[in-house]
Amino acid sequence: MMLKKKNIKINGDTIFKYAIGSSVVVLIMLIVGIFVSLIVYSYPTIAKFGFGFISGHTWDPVTEEFGAYPFLIGTLITSFIALILSFPVSIMISILLSEYLKSGVIHNYVKSSVELLAGIPSIIYGFWGLFIFVPVVREVQMYFGITPYGIGILTASLILSVMIIPYSATIAYEVISLTPSEIKEAAYSLGATHFEVIRKVILPYSSSGIVAGVLLSLGRALGETMAVTMVIGNSHILPDTLFAPGNTMASVIANEFTEATSDVYLSALIEIGLLLMIVTAFINVVGKMIIKKFSVGMS
Amino acid sequence: MADKLENIKSGNMGRGNLSFRIFKDRLFKIFVFVISGLATIPLLLILFYIAKMGIASINWEFFINLPRPPGEVGGGIANALVGTLILILTSSLIAIPPAIALGVFMSENKTKSFSKWIGSGVEILQGIPSIVIGIIAYVWVVRPMGGFSALSGSVALAIMMIPFIAKSTEETLKMIPLHLKEASMALGVPYYKTILKVVMPAGLSGIVTGVIIAIARVAGETAPLLFTAFGNHFMSYSIFKPMNSLPLLIFNYAGSPYDEWHSLAWGASFVLVVMVLLLNIISKILSKRWKVKF
Repeated sequence: MMLKKKNIKINGDTIFKYAIGSSVVVLIMLIVGIFVSLIVYSYPTIAKFGFGFISGHTWDPVTEEFGAYPFLIGTLITSFIALILSFPVSIMISILLSEYLKSGVIHNYVKSSVELLAGIPSIIYGFWGLFIFVPVVREVQMYFGITPYGIGILTASLILSVMIIPYSATIAYEVISLTPSEIKEAAYSLGATHFEVIRKVILPYSSSGIVAGVLLSLGRALGETMAVTMVIGNSHILPDTLFAPGNTMASVIANEFTEATSDVYLSALIEIGLLLMIVTAFINVVGKMIIKKFSVGMS
Repeated sequence: MADKLENIKSGNMGRGNLSFRIFKDRLFKIFVFVISGLATIPLLLILFYIAKMGIASINWEFFINLPRPPGEVGGGIANALVGTLILILTSSLIAIPPAIALGVFMSENKTKSFSKWIGSGVEILQGIPSIVIGIIAYVWVVRPMGGFSALSGSVALAIMMIPFIAKSTEETLKMIPLHLKEASMALGVPYYKTILKVVMPAGLSGIVTGVIIAIARVAGETAPLLFTAFGNHFMSYSIFKPMNSLPLLIFNYAGSPYDEWHSLAWGASFVLVVMVLLLNIISKILSKRWKVKF
């Protein structure tokens, strides 16, 4: 009896180690649980439609025919347009902050604006977009003689592009600031102009970090829900122009989850969630790996 | 050969002459300034309209009244304010203990090979889209409990808070110098007391900042609440009933056709933006004032 007690040795240290160790169990259970739950609850549609779920064009809850292709395309189009629009802007911002204005009033103004953009909740972007930006888009569409929906794929992409600027800009700023001054000075001493130093020395040097920032903002854009839901128009038909209303994977879940009455309908929506999670997790992990490799190479 | 010499003499260095290169340099500089300036305009527009429309609908009644049915002027967002506070409080209670424990674990085991995997796990959790977290809270809490509830919303928000708090805790504790810990251990203080009474107090500011940032992050979250906390037109203090929150109120009223409700949504947006920005500013001041210095 005595021996046994001595072996177990319950004291503060053991309890403490088990207590903080249990948090790891919580983390693993969360991640595994999320994956398993999504797969289990989307099993009815996985079994029923198989890969047809991804390639199917019709989404009809009445006849219980579910194909997520229009939403997949909607997500990809909005995210990539947003990325293409925000990429040059965030590079310009990071070059401004790290090369042209390293401190001062304008530096602080631009830097805190970018930080504020990241801090504003997405519902605010959506609400502002719906009431202020959509009427403007409608005016423009009327001017050009396009059906004036106002809402639609392009409107959502524009708002999304503003939302993701901070993610790529901050990372690009950090990696550009890490460029060793020796190689910059070497280029200057050869007679290069500032522009040439930026284009031929700094940008190639920090390219992998910039790519990582782009991937992180892409992951952000793919999963963004509220702002997109409010301005994309909630249409199940594959959009034929950029001005047409559409839907993304996240917005269709947000719009229809509470209306899903049948089990198959619910499982179709959960399967969309599963697809969304796999795609964003993959992109995030790759982005983080690139950043890690980059910062290891730096030090 | 003679051509090249001629070029160098006249300032033509290989590609294009010098004045053209200087011109490109100037042009690029102007371009960078203009684009960066333009990029801040959306923020100014958003803040301007939120302030302009929001302040117009804010008065004392706005904070203490419940929303009125459409057609009646006035009404307020008291239920959403109370709901947001309760949701944040409950989710913090759920998230903070495991998140800080996780942060301590990661910083204490930073040299072990599995800590890399734990770090990746935290990053995966952070990268999960908020709408997916909403689905998870729905199938884990709402379905077994048989109805929408503030508790399920808090669970969803707590899952989103954990990675933020864990990461900031880990990063702060990593910066605490080893000799502090060694001095405490050398005096015969048990390991757990060293962590709780020496290491963690030294990194308290970083931990608190992380918690505030996490709160600022989830205070504006709507997607995970859509089918968990669901929203409620009336005042509710029970975490087992549907509850309203500021972002939910904005979303529901923005989609309604009534002008009175739109103005309530503008007011709520203003309150939400001010709240989130204040939390961000507080966390910045805290981390500056209270900085870990060794």
